[in-house]
Amino acid sequence: MTERFVVAIDQGTTSTRCIVFDRRGNLVSVAQREHRQHFPRPGWVEHDAMEIWRNVGKVVPRALNQAGLSIDQIAAIGIANQRETTVVWDRRTGVPVAPALIWQDTRTDLVVEALSRASGAEHIQELCGLPLTTYFSGPKLRWLLDHIPGLAERAERGEVLFGTMESWLIWNLTGGPDGGLHLTDVTNASRTMLMDLRTLDWHPRLLSFFGVPAAMLPQIRSSSEVYGTATAVLPGVRIAAALGDQQAALFGQTCFDPGEAKCTYGTGSFLLLNTGTEPVPSRHGLLTTVGYRIGDEPALYALEGSIAITGSLVQWFRDRLELISTAPEIETLARTVDDNGGCYIVPAFSGLFAPHWRSEARGTIVGLTSYITKGHLARAVLEATGWQTREVVDAMNADSGLELTALRVDGGMTANNLLMQFVADVLAVPVVRPMAAETVSLGAAYAAGLAVEYWPDLEGLRSNWHPAARWVPEMDAAVRTRERENWRRAVERTFDWIRPEEDPARR
Amino acid sequence: MPGQVQSIARAAAILRLLASSSGRLGIGEIARSLNLPKGTAHGIIRTLQDVGFVEQDKTSGKYQLGATLLHLGTSYLDVNELRSRSINWADPLAARSGEAVRIGTLLDGKVLVVHHVFRPDDILQTLDVGSLLPPHATALGKVLLAYDVGAANAVTQREPEPYTRRTLVTARALTRALSEIRDNGWGAEIGEMTPGEAGIAAPIRGYGGLVVGAIGLSGPVDRTCDGSGNPRPALVTYVRDAARAVSRDLGATRW
Ligand SMILES: Nc1ncnc2c1ncn2[C@@H]1O[C@H](COP(=O)(O)OP(=O)(O)OP(=O)(O)O)[C@@H](O)[C@H]1O
Ligand SMILES: [Mg+2]
Repeated sequence: MTERFVVAIDQGTTSTRCIVFDRRGNLVSVAQREHRQHFPRPGWVEHDAMEIWRNVGKVVPRALNQAGLSIDQIAAIGIANQRETTVVWDRRTGVPVAPALIWQDTRTDLVVEALSRASGAEHIQELCGLPLTTYFSGPKLRWLLDHIPGLAERAERGEVLFGTMESWLIWNLTGGPDGGLHLTDVTNASRTMLMDLRTLDWHPRLLSFFGVPAAMLPQIRSSSEVYGTATAVLPGVRIAAALGDQQAALFGQTCFDPGEAKCTYGTGSFLLLNTGTEPVPSRHGLLTTVGYRIGDEPALYALEGSIAITGSLVQWFRDRLELISTAPEIETLARTVDDNGGCYIVPAFSGLFAPHWRSEARGTIVGLTSYITKGHLARAVLEATGWQTREVVDAMNADSGLELTALRVDGGMTANNLLMQFVADVLAVPVVRPMAAETVSLGAAYAAGLAVEYWPDLEGLRSNWHPAARWVPEMDAAVRTRERENWRRAVERTFDWIRPEEDPARR
Repeated sequence: MPGQVQSIARAAAILRLLASSSGRLGIGEIARSLNLPKGTAHGIIRTLQDVGFVEQDKTSGKYQLGATLLHLGTSYLDVNELRSRSINWADPLAARSGEAVRIGTLLDGKVLVVHHVFRPDDILQTLDVGSLLPPHATALGKVLLAYDVGAANAVTQREPEPYTRRTLVTARALTRALSEIRDNGWGAEIGEMTPGEAGIAAPIRGYGGLVVGAIGLSGPVDRTCDGSGNPRPALVTYVRDAARAVSRDLGATRW
């Protein structure tokens, strides 16, 4: 019998990756392609959904070729995707009616303001687990319905379809206008603000609050089940999993038990804690979200600390300030100095996410003196990721009543040793990277492989997890306390910067 | 001009001359153009050739700018970038082989550990990124020396330290080992650093085939070597595959 493999498609914010995994969960091949980021106005961030779909068609064959595999050796496809990003397309032509609105996009701040004063606003978070902010799909969809002429009527008539990236890809993979399946999974649906966290179904009260016609919504399915068979890209292969990228990483880190948590360091960083089969409301600025659901089993819930800007601050340092030519060089530059020289960068580029949720905040650099070099700035960039992690860990500890004893990490930034040491230092707990930095893809592969019985059970997956690196705290407690206080003061200085009537985006 | 180093100024002039010329130039043409004695021009050209800034055409014997010069900014690989670019391949190597994996580069005659992946047995291990290893007694080091003549000469001239009875300490033994590594495309160390421990490594190549590092595994001899005391062929294949995968990714577009 020829060996079989599972394909994961990781449709991320900056790129689309295809990774092939073998039975032991080892990476066999990887192909990646970046797509364009459009910033038409301050605060606006868009993608071309067509470009992303074309990229899927390029990276998947490339990954198979690289490993010399044929389609019949692929047991299943799993999809992980950038979450909340909102696509609306014509069901007859398959053409998107507008650019995709990215999760980082803040154009909906006025929509959100208006909605927060509408009647019923106070019950929204209780139902869907999320605070009313620009981050989620519901307000983005509302904005599109308001601003694209005729769209609301066409949506009522069911002529256009809404989806996050996994819906868009699955619809296209299964035939598009020709019988494409219009569905989403519980984790992605839990980021729309339209789903009832308990029933895992669209809630009429939420739909009417956001003015979203049910006719345009995908069917909500489990994260791990066979949805259908692909007719494009990998014809004949079963599509057997879809999860939001952060939930996929939780799964890939095999955080299957309540109390297990991970933090993924990519464009943004996201700490998720498995809280078991009941949704736990947060009193400290975290989100309540669905972790995953396997087949007919009960859903597992998670508390999430979302940090909008971490790796993208490094990208900004590289592409906008041009102080380095590749992201990893930030470590080399940061190591030219011993400390931050008193300088702090708070990257509130699209407001502050968890635990503050201040959409009017904007980024700041404080503590500048003539002593500061680009090396200090590089340190401040990396330290910003460390301190933001500390803030969400504090919130997590307060909400769960438990003390985190070690942090599991993954994502591109975990290749940065200086950063990982700093995270361990400011959290005062060990930081552990497992033997698979691409945990997002691994989680999507695991979920798909389970659904088609490529892997028998969760225990088998858990035995694949091994630490690849471990950083232990070395920072002096007094230094930690002092720096924590400085960070807190720096964060305060970002508050109340944007006033709605003054927002340059709408002049 | 006070403090000016004449030969550097002359070298710069030669590079400009070669850059502005449409074809290759002979040594006589270069010397005449710059009004230099032929011997002086030749000495400078030879040094430029050693560092790769100038290349000599084999058949005509004439000179042109070297490829290295055109990629000066890109051929040198930042060690942190090397780690980022190899992390996806070092993990599966550790998982498949069951042994600890390290990536190293040469730094001042020592092997700098750039990346370290724990042995996948869940026993507590300590990250040793940033530590320095002896080049003549490790598989990583010998592979790096095999592709760096200057560093290899420096090591053999300094009377390498004997860690065990098997450590290669004579210039002859080392030179032979390095030449064997170049022939095979990989290298091993068996009990040369610590009795009972062994390592296998292969070169990571960047642009133009330049060796920018080495990736290898290490573990007890009874796991890493077969009955006749040679590195297990399966492990050698894993190491070489990982090295090739990283090299292939490094040759791709920068990010
Ligand atoms: N060595 C490094 N040091 C610091 N930052 C790094 C390093 N390597 C990568 N990064 C940052 O990490 C991010 C890439 O990581 P990763 O590929 O996990 O991101 P991602 O979030 O999955 O991307 P996407 O948003 O497309 O899903 C980039 O923002 C990059 O700037
Ligand atoms: Mg990602």
